[in-house]
Amino acid sequence: MIPAAFDYHRPDTIDAAVGLLAEHGEEARVVAGGHSLIPMMKLRMAYLSHLVDLRDVQEMQGITVDGDTVTLGAMVTQHELITSDALASVAPILREASLQIADPQVRYMGTIGGNVANGDPGNDIPGLMQALDAKFVLAGPEGRRTVDARGFYEAAYMTAREDEEILTHIRFRSVAGMGYAYEKQKRKIGDYATAAAAVLVAKDGDTISEARIAMTNLSDTPIFSEGAGAALVGTSGDGAAVAAAIAAMQADIDPAEDNRGPVEFKRHVAGVMLSRAINSALSRA
Amino acid sequence: MKDEVTSRDERVANLKGMGASRKRVEDARFTQGKGNYVDDVKLPGMLFGDFVRSPYAHARVNGINIEEAMKVPGVLAVLTAKDLEPLGLHWMPTLAGDKQMVLADGKVLFQGQEVAFVVATDRYACADGVEAVEVDYEDLPVIVDPFEAMQSDLVLREDLEAGADGAHGPRKHHNHIFLWEEGDEAATNQALESSEVVAEEMVYYHRTHPCPLETCGCVASMDKVNGKLTLWGTFQAPHVVRTVASLLSGIDEHNIRVISPDIGGGFGNKVGVYPGYVCSIVASIVTGKPVKWIEDRMDNLMATAFARDYWMKGKISATKDGKITGLHCHVTADHGAFDACADPTKFPAGFFHICTGSYDIPVAYVGVDGVYTNKAPGGVAYRCSFRVTEAAYFIERMIEVLAIELNMDAAELRRINFIKQEQFPYTSALGWEYDSGDYHTAWDKALEAVDYAGLRAEQAQRVEDFKAGKTRKLLGIGLTHFTEIVGAGPVKNCDILGMGMFDSCEIRIHPTGSAIARLGTISQGQGHATTFAQILASETGIPADKITIEEGDTDTAPYGLGTYGSRSTPVAGAATALAGRKIRAKAQMIAAYLLEVHDDDVEWDVDRFVVKGAPERFKTMAEIAFASYNQAIPGVEPGLEAVSYYDPPNMTYPFGAYVCVMEIDVDTGEHEVRQFYALDDCGTRINPMVIEGQVHGGLTEALAIAMGQEIAYDDMGNCKTGTLMDFFMPTAWETPHYTTDHTETPSPHHPIGAKGVGESPNVGGVPAFSNAVHDAFRAFGLRQSHMPHDHWRIWKTANQLGLHG
Repeated sequence: MIPAAFDYHRPDTIDAAVGLLAEHGEEARVVAGGHSLIPMMKLRMAYLSHLVDLRDVQEMQGITVDGDTVTLGAMVTQHELITSDALASVAPILREASLQIADPQVRYMGTIGGNVANGDPGNDIPGLMQALDAKFVLAGPEGRRTVDARGFYEAAYMTAREDEEILTHIRFRSVAGMGYAYEKQKRKIGDYATAAAAVLVAKDGDTISEARIAMTNLSDTPIFSEGAGAALVGTSGDGAAVAAAIAAMQADIDPAEDNRGPVEFKRHVAGVMLSRAINSALSRA
Repeated sequence: MKDEVTSRDERVANLKGMGASRKRVEDARFTQGKGNYVDDVKLPGMLFGDFVRSPYAHARVNGINIEEAMKVPGVLAVLTAKDLEPLGLHWMPTLAGDKQMVLADGKVLFQGQEVAFVVATDRYACADGVEAVEVDYEDLPVIVDPFEAMQSDLVLREDLEAGADGAHGPRKHHNHIFLWEEGDEAATNQALESSEVVAEEMVYYHRTHPCPLETCGCVASMDKVNGKLTLWGTFQAPHVVRTVASLLSGIDEHNIRVISPDIGGGFGNKVGVYPGYVCSIVASIVTGKPVKWIEDRMDNLMATAFARDYWMKGKISATKDGKITGLHCHVTADHGAFDACADPTKFPAGFFHICTGSYDIPVAYVGVDGVYTNKAPGGVAYRCSFRVTEAAYFIERMIEVLAIELNMDAAELRRINFIKQEQFPYTSALGWEYDSGDYHTAWDKALEAVDYAGLRAEQAQRVEDFKAGKTRKLLGIGLTHFTEIVGAGPVKNCDILGMGMFDSCEIRIHPTGSAIARLGTISQGQGHATTFAQILASETGIPADKITIEEGDTDTAPYGLGTYGSRSTPVAGAATALAGRKIRAKAQMIAAYLLEVHDDDVEWDVDRFVVKGAPERFKTMAEIAFASYNQAIPGVEPGLEAVSYYDPPNMTYPFGAYVCVMEIDVDTGEHEVRQFYALDDCGTRINPMVIEGQVHGGLTEALAIAMGQEIAYDDMGNCKTGTLMDFFMPTAWETPHYTTDHTETPSPHHPIGAKGVGESPNVGGVPAFSNAVHDAFRAFGLRQSHMPHDHWRIWKTANQLGLHG
């Protein structure tokens, strides 16, 4: 569990960090909280000559709520996601989900940017980003661009981010007033989800007017299930509607067997998690 | 030391002797990060060693190229089997009478096996060197299933002569290690055939791992000037390591000093001898410098001693009223690539024949077939005395299965079969002499404490509610009444590699009335420095706070067989009490002299000798100690010291009654332990608080084992659970609340009546948790399922029983 030798850089601006990536190419990676990359280096599954630590980049810190628009610096920790009252008032699902990530020690270090940018299908926040319809800001040598979270994930650890780009900010519109829930089954504290469901719903009277559903660790990318959401809209969220949403979700996921269990089990748990999340979200809408 | 004004009660309290919940003296340094572990040992010029390990479970090693590794800056040497062969150290004997490769000799037999040892100036260079060694492997077919191994033409151990006997008798197949039998098979079969009811079941106790917080490691330092080898290491048995090191290396035993410093948990994992120790010693001899080797977590989980992996085929018979008439058990024991169990030599399946448990079973038979597979070697006791947890799990599952067969309540079935109090000492059908017990009292107390009748009524209602669609959760009530066998053991039948399993204590009382005592055991978290001082306080009248306990340095401590199998209190604790009594016997003579009376005219009172009938005339132990050194006493040698070596006349038999109440979600397989009641009877209780801590820890390990912890392999022999992401270690979050309780049935043959407790909660806890899972599904037809009961296995059970609609 000892990494190969590397150079350590600690730039204090985004441009300087991008410059280091441009200079060293594939030999360099940025590190935020380090909970994914450092173990991979220690296991010698990742070899880097240059590690670019982003913790001094002030531009990438902080939670800003400006009217309807929420902006999160990529270096915001999961602990901050939990403790920010401003965030809780516009997107309480982030607090609910973050409390289910790892353990407090990890959450003090783990960042939202690292969690979404790494492309690990086990991470929880990418699924939330689907439900929140977030936009990711990427800074590269050519300047900055914005990518939809729903179009960001291509395969496990493969994303729309170019090697020389850094995911610097996350933006989304407030979902205040929407019912929300993040239901996650895991084997123990610190584990990735066996299956998890993120649900946001809005009601018009007794009728569901909007529903956004995303699933975690049930495919090699987070799954935004448009069909599952559509199955709920226009209904009261009764048993038949939930069953239809689950059926639609099942068509979108593609779980793989691992130590948590075989595919059949994961599909079953996915249905249970989604059912619970829909009911919980409806009770809050 | 004049304390005439102090009342007797205050003097007793001041001792903090047996029965006091004295705070652990070790914790001040452990909780402040001031412990001194092997990895804290730093010597001038110290080098680091680490292994190149096999990625294959079974492969020929056609060549090892060290050229690139030797070019890595800081790398000084790369040892392979070829380098060790001239020293005769490329293989080493195991504690079980087998032999094991130190470094791959022509082939590898399990994933993670040690192939080459890289020595470098620091850890980083060493890791780079490991990476640069090129090994030419040619993969071979892999066997991970012991039943397949016994059928296969594939020879795993080509080093063993075909047809020759093994260490424990004839081998009936090239992948067979031994058949060990106890009991009367013919009479057992007859009982089974003639009984009204017979239940038969395969009970699998999966492979798991002790996974101590601190991994294994050592520092070897060969001083070429004076010829002395010092070896610091995570050794649960430092004296045995010294003797084995001497026999292996040819270095005279007086020139070897083995030191076990603070140890961060052992649980059996640190009993055996590992290639890392041998390679570190060789590397230190070769380089003339100290060499440190420390495992990482993956090394520890994948390559050091595992536990369990027993396939137990059971048959149990009874009358239709539930009186058990016979028990038959055949075990297929997966020992992995080498037989590296750490059992007493005469018992290759440990004390598995305690498997008649707490029950008066007239006739029984066990047969255990040890088998080689392409898995890591080991088979140690993981917080249990030599396969006792397997035995307890087996009988406690068979009782449950029999209860189902009889359509009886499992608590009642146990009650009518318990050995009765008046039957002790009781000789079991498999030959053990149970020293003492009072099972009915413990059982009744436990059932009353949890309101057993109320729980069963609630459970029946829950089943109705479930069937009516009102709930998706089931309620399981897991019962266990276990009997342990610990305190190995009598030298007449307990030895390891010929070394008798006595233990020892040496005491020196200082002139001002404080003391130091040294023992042949070594604490790994058990709190010996706290509890052994309490035994001595009660025996000698010196307050526990004035007694230093030292263990683990073979140059200073008396010889002993170490700490595992809950043997420290039953064996070294007895030696401690007896050494204390030797001190007191001499003190009595001195006191009588000082008081100018006859020896028989003084009597012991807490911390002093008092003239009979004249309580105002006394000498305290402190006064006696001072006089023993400084006053000429006719016919008495100066000083106040004693040594005791204790060879126990019998094992001790702690027992307990556990009840686990568990909620199970049939849709997700999730569980919640709602209540856990643990009644332990460990005989005389030395420190109730330490006992409670032991029980909490052992139950948490039992929870882990029963509910998720396993060493799992795929068909290629890849270890699937080599990190703590997949190997379940409960945190505070997963750990339920425990309610502890006790009865006290002292051991009649132990000087203070103590029986040992460290392992009881693991032994009793695993069946309690597992039985709770099974019991939840009993109403729906479940008889037996395999641990660990992780989410998907519980879900699968529910699915197979048709509970998912």
